[in-house]
Amino acid sequence: MSSKVNSKKVKNILGSYGIIFVLIALVVIFSILSSRFLMADNIFNILRQVSIVGIISVGMTFVMITGGIDLSCGSIVGATGVGAALLMTEYNMNPVLACVLMCIFGIIIGIANGYFISYLNVPPFIATLGMMTSVRGIAYIVTGGLPVFGFNRDFTVLGQGYLSIIPIPVLIMIAAFAFGFIFLTKTRAGRHIYGVGGNEEASRLSGVHVKRIKFLVYAVAGFMSGLAGVVLLARVNSGQPNAGEGYEMDVITGVVLGGVSMSGGQGRIVMVIIGVMIMGVLTNGMTMLSINEYIQQFVKGMVLIAAVAFDSFIKTQRAKQVVG
Amino acid sequence: MQDTILEVKHLSKYYAGVKALNDVSISFKKGEVHALAGENGAGKSTLIKVLTGAIEPTAGEIIIDGKSHQKLDPIWSLENGIAAIYQEFNLVPYLSVAENIYFGKEISKSAFVDKKTMNAEVQKSLDEIGISIKPSTLVAELGVAYQQIVEIVKAVTSKSRILIMDEPTAPLTKTETQVLYKIIEKLKKDNVTIIFISHRMEEMFEICDRVTVMRDGQYVTTKDIKDITRKDLIAYMVGRELGEDYPERTKPVGETVMKIKGYSNNKINNISFELHKGEILGFGGLVGAGRTEVMQAIFGADRLESGEITLNGKELKIKDPGSALDQGIGLIPEDRKNQGVLLGLSVKENVSFSSLKQAMIGPFVDRKKDTAIADEYCKKLRIKTPNINQLVKNLSGGNQQKVVLAKMLATQCDVLIFDEPTRGIDVGAKQEIYTLMRRLVDEEGKSIIMVSSEMPELIGMSDRILVMRFGRIVGELKKGEFSQESILEYASGLLGG
Repeated sequence: MSSKVNSKKVKNILGSYGIIFVLIALVVIFSILSSRFLMADNIFNILRQVSIVGIISVGMTFVMITGGIDLSCGSIVGATGVGAALLMTEYNMNPVLACVLMCIFGIIIGIANGYFISYLNVPPFIATLGMMTSVRGIAYIVTGGLPVFGFNRDFTVLGQGYLSIIPIPVLIMIAAFAFGFIFLTKTRAGRHIYGVGGNEEASRLSGVHVKRIKFLVYAVAGFMSGLAGVVLLARVNSGQPNAGEGYEMDVITGVVLGGVSMSGGQGRIVMVIIGVMIMGVLTNGMTMLSINEYIQQFVKGMVLIAAVAFDSFIKTQRAKQVVG
Repeated sequence: MQDTILEVKHLSKYYAGVKALNDVSISFKKGEVHALAGENGAGKSTLIKVLTGAIEPTAGEIIIDGKSHQKLDPIWSLENGIAAIYQEFNLVPYLSVAENIYFGKEISKSAFVDKKTMNAEVQKSLDEIGISIKPSTLVAELGVAYQQIVEIVKAVTSKSRILIMDEPTAPLTKTETQVLYKIIEKLKKDNVTIIFISHRMEEMFEICDRVTVMRDGQYVTTKDIKDITRKDLIAYMVGRELGEDYPERTKPVGETVMKIKGYSNNKINNISFELHKGEILGFGGLVGAGRTEVMQAIFGADRLESGEITLNGKELKIKDPGSALDQGIGLIPEDRKNQGVLLGLSVKENVSFSSLKQAMIGPFVDRKKDTAIADEYCKKLRIKTPNINQLVKNLSGGNQQKVVLAKMLATQCDVLIFDEPTRGIDVGAKQEIYTLMRRLVDEEGKSIIMVSSEMPELIGMSDRILVMRFGRIVGELKKGEFSQESILEYASGLLGG
């Protein structure tokens, strides 16, 4: 009997935190295989590598908890990057102002997504798919397809600088996660986001302004993508119109690994951090072991499927215990 | 003497320490309507799941046609004529009525599905029972009541020998229930065994031959329905004496608090009435008469074309449910699962969901205040939950309904609209809800509008009843004039036009 209780407990822990064990397992494996893996500079390296995807994943988490999806994030990264680059080089704009303007641009794209989705009833997948294509178009139109460069050091510090030993992009990512955590767990709107994802009609009849909530989550997603866009620009020191291409898939992978349900209503930002870290550790670890990039690609896809399959397996096991 | 078709012997099912079924033995005869009675959690659903093969029993045997089985398999059950109609529908919304009825056993002509023949066959069955829906209608376009009927017709056409009906009448009105009875009579003649589960007592007495009572996973007794009284049956179910009675009011009805004038939209027509302080105003009528639509319009959930509302002498502008709540009008919707509870959130998050404004410190929700609200209403409504962080989906139907109620009460609205407040919950929980409603009007000075399709409840609880038909109010009955007949006469158009 006691062993039964224990195995039940283990299953419960695995169900809630299973993904943490996946991360720990990966870290253990890589540190055995490579002595440099656990060194401080490599850890910050990993964090810096995931910072862009991490920032965007906060917005994606908001959107996905309402049961939506935002495919336009990668294109927003591209457009805001070249946008900021052009403002600073062509118009000699103050870098801070340029960054703020581009974050606002991200919010506007997000609000447009929200409008199509909640007022015109376009499904989120379609609305943001269209936006993804069009916003990428904007990035090419304004640059004529050519990269933009030549910024001063005041700006590039945003992507390349350090605060003592911590890279600035990592700090920005931490701030984004903190914002997401506080917003989702401590505010009324946060509670409403979960409500809308769990049961939209019940939320509406409970007095939630469902449309406003949808505007809000897509606006947050747009803002995070815009922010990620300027940070990425500062890091690579050149505005590429194709920057951020395919990021939406990396972000969705991280968020889903973090246990956010595709059908909405559940998910925790803390676990999303773990999900994003798993992707970062995999890339970094495999690169250190000089594993070919094509194989890396294959492994990442399989890890996603395996992790989610494991997660649902645990959940069905638990559901069986609860029924009755 | 009828033959036994199905028998379960010493059947048990344990879930991690919980005995959902505990040594249950029952036998079912050919061609009988056999009721299973018991409160939520009595083990009825578990028993059904064993019979349909959805779950495997821990111990015991199932004997069908004299052959013993350790467990059943869903496909085997279906092929051997055991079918079940559940409360939740298993229909495909974007297929037609006929396509649903023949789902999985389509009639085909060479390589293609023969829609014509299917439609004609279904038309025949529908005509036979006197239901006027077109076989080619999409299921998504039908109301709940008609969807239920489609579900029943589907089960009937699959040539079942044992048909399990779990709360088949929950979404049906009196007329439609009569249709169901007709179908049941016909099935009986064809020697089909029906296992019938319902929370409505009068139904068991009307159409069942025998009743088996279960309590806490255990078998209590089996009786011929003619040998048992309602009171006895309830006593068996709850294990204690419990009257199904309606608490008396202790205070007189007060002044007018709310006035509705000329409410109209595409579903309702010129609705005007007054609600008094401390009153329970009942709304009667058939399904589709527009009662729910009136409530949704008052609550700002449906668009209103014209009409005025005053509350406590003040004219209100209600543009959405949020503003209705802010101005003191709350609604407990009819469809608990889809409109009421947030199943994936905790009890606490559900209870304070509409009243979080009271729990804010600056921009943040204060955990202490939030918890205090949940604690207060869980205690007040006696919500049975291990703790307030439990997810609502793990609670029983009656407790989920109480959670929805708690959510509305926590907003401290003066006017509460209850749309089918006791649908699909057990006797004990019903009684608690009645007592609570009475307390709300007597002690807390609230005013209640109640829509109900359950006649005894409507008559027992209301101070006044308005009857609707085709989107209009066609009759008003004062206490003393109530009777099933008078309400039905208005509802069916015999009176009032």
